[in-house]
Amino acid sequence: MFAFYLTIFALAIFLGFEIITKVPPTLHTPLMSGANAISGITIVGALIVAGLNPVGEGSTLPGAIGCLAVIFAMINVVGGFAVTHRMLEMFQKKRKGN
Amino acid sequence: MNILDIQNLLYIVAAFLFYLGIKGLTHPRTAVAGNLKGLAGMLLAMTIAMLAFQGDKSVWQGWYWIGGGVFIGSLIGWIAAKKVQMTAMPEMVALFNGSGGLASMLVAGAVFHHLTHIAGLQETINAAITDGISPMSQAAILDKGQPLQTFIATVASGIIGAITFTGSILAYYKLQGKFGNSSTNPLLKIGNILFLAISLGLGVLLVIKPELTWVFWAVVAAAMLCGVFFVMPIGGADMPVVLALLNSYSGIAACATGFVINNTVLIVAGAFVGASGLILTKIMCVAMNRSLTNVLFGVMAEVGVGPSADEVYAGKIKSTSPDEVAMIMDGVQRVCIVPGYGMAVSQSQHVVRDISDFLTEKDVEVTFGIHPVAGRMPGHMNVLLAEADVSYDQLHEMDTVNQYISQVDVCIVLGANDVVNPEARTNPKSAIAGMPIIDVDKAHTVVVVKRSLSPGFAGIPNPLFAMDNTLMMFGDGKKVMLELLKALKEN
Repeated sequence: MFAFYLTIFALAIFLGFEIITKVPPTLHTPLMSGANAISGITIVGALIVAGLNPVGEGSTLPGAIGCLAVIFAMINVVGGFAVTHRMLEMFQKKRKGN
Repeated sequence: MNILDIQNLLYIVAAFLFYLGIKGLTHPRTAVAGNLKGLAGMLLAMTIAMLAFQGDKSVWQGWYWIGGGVFIGSLIGWIAAKKVQMTAMPEMVALFNGSGGLASMLVAGAVFHHLTHIAGLQETINAAITDGISPMSQAAILDKGQPLQTFIATVASGIIGAITFTGSILAYYKLQGKFGNSSTNPLLKIGNILFLAISLGLGVLLVIKPELTWVFWAVVAAAMLCGVFFVMPIGGADMPVVLALLNSYSGIAACATGFVINNTVLIVAGAFVGASGLILTKIMCVAMNRSLTNVLFGVMAEVGVGPSADEVYAGKIKSTSPDEVAMIMDGVQRVCIVPGYGMAVSQSQHVVRDISDFLTEKDVEVTFGIHPVAGRMPGHMNVLLAEADVSYDQLHEMDTVNQYISQVDVCIVLGANDVVNPEARTNPKSAIAGMPIIDVDKAHTVVVVKRSLSPGFAGIPNPLFAMDNTLMMFGDGKKVMLELLKALKEN
């Protein structure tokens, strides 16, 4: 399975370099903060570890760490998308105004 | 088709939405939709993770930790995004970025703690897999066949996440002007390499002996220090590069987390962000004519025999007043405003817009010349001017401005310094030699708004200030621009 995931990774990296050909400077900040929000995808990992039932000595530690991870990942996700949207709406408003 | 297949198919849909999202963000017309597609992909991925999980009560402890975490995190993120001033956007992006890196690090940590209960959990998972319905092999905290890769990925995720976290936090402080200077102190470089080595060394130990769970926290502690030493030597004006690079790191951290829990959507989305961050980093480096290594180690080009500030400025500085500038601007046809970080600091973007509107009404053609690295993050000036409702058509890129700058009657340089320093063009031995600049010195009259003659980030005097066609208007950007607006109206 590891080779499979590595293949996926390599393909995604190539694709990632291909997506962005030319970015107008106006969009540098939104692209950065939008991509930043997408890097919050780690929320999926956070949700899974926070929801896992620890087996064996019933430690709450993994769940607590997972909960912290969920909090920080959600700050990244919600904050990132919201702030990007706010910026883009600002740009949008202006274009329509002209 | 079992639940796992459905789950994987939906993850592909989510990954495709991220692709469309980032692609959309690179074009002005599709940017808003692109951002929303990214958000849709995120919600889809979260929903899949949750729903698939819920099917198996034996490994699922319920919404206990999740509900609270999602609520608190969303609330903080939402409020921060709504309240933040546009001028504080670089700091905000740095904090969000650090938050993501920290999350990746914590996920890796939680996984390691789960591994301490390895035996029991493994049995549960095996049983579930035999039943053929386990969503848990997706979570795949344990893939007994190949634990080695999982451990390596966990350590990698912890290290990269930790570096992203402390690097971003330090970038946040640097953006606020605290310890903003660049430094070539070799100790910083040594510290950076030393802590990276410690972190990697302990990481190898952990991969060999994963039962030493607590070593994980030593690994990330060393990595955190490495992150501090990594950003410490980098100066304030190089922050656009650092932010873009840390953005890339947070993507790679998420990607490593994907290898930890064997989840394709994390790997794909993380790789996209990693790649886009690197491209942005390269754009920023090209705009400064500096290599990435130079930026990272705080090295400006070797300073040759540059003239001292006294030699450059002595007796040649002509100071002016808003009234005088208003008189000069009476009857002009073309005005170009070149903003820099000083506009952000003095928060003068709204006044600048008022001046631009006032002049436009008098049939003066007003444009803005935007240098790609003006400010503290990629696109910083565009965001500020957009906030102040400056028309999109008025914002011109460096190359466009340089084509018509010699026909500009008055060029107002507002809080910019190195990006308009003609030394870059004329003196091959200068610290900024070869950096693309906006050639404001070619305008008929240049008005430089600045607090003092102090040098910019590059630490070199700017001969522009001493040129025959340059007038210095000293003072706080906002105050001076307000006075100028008043003087213009009175004229």
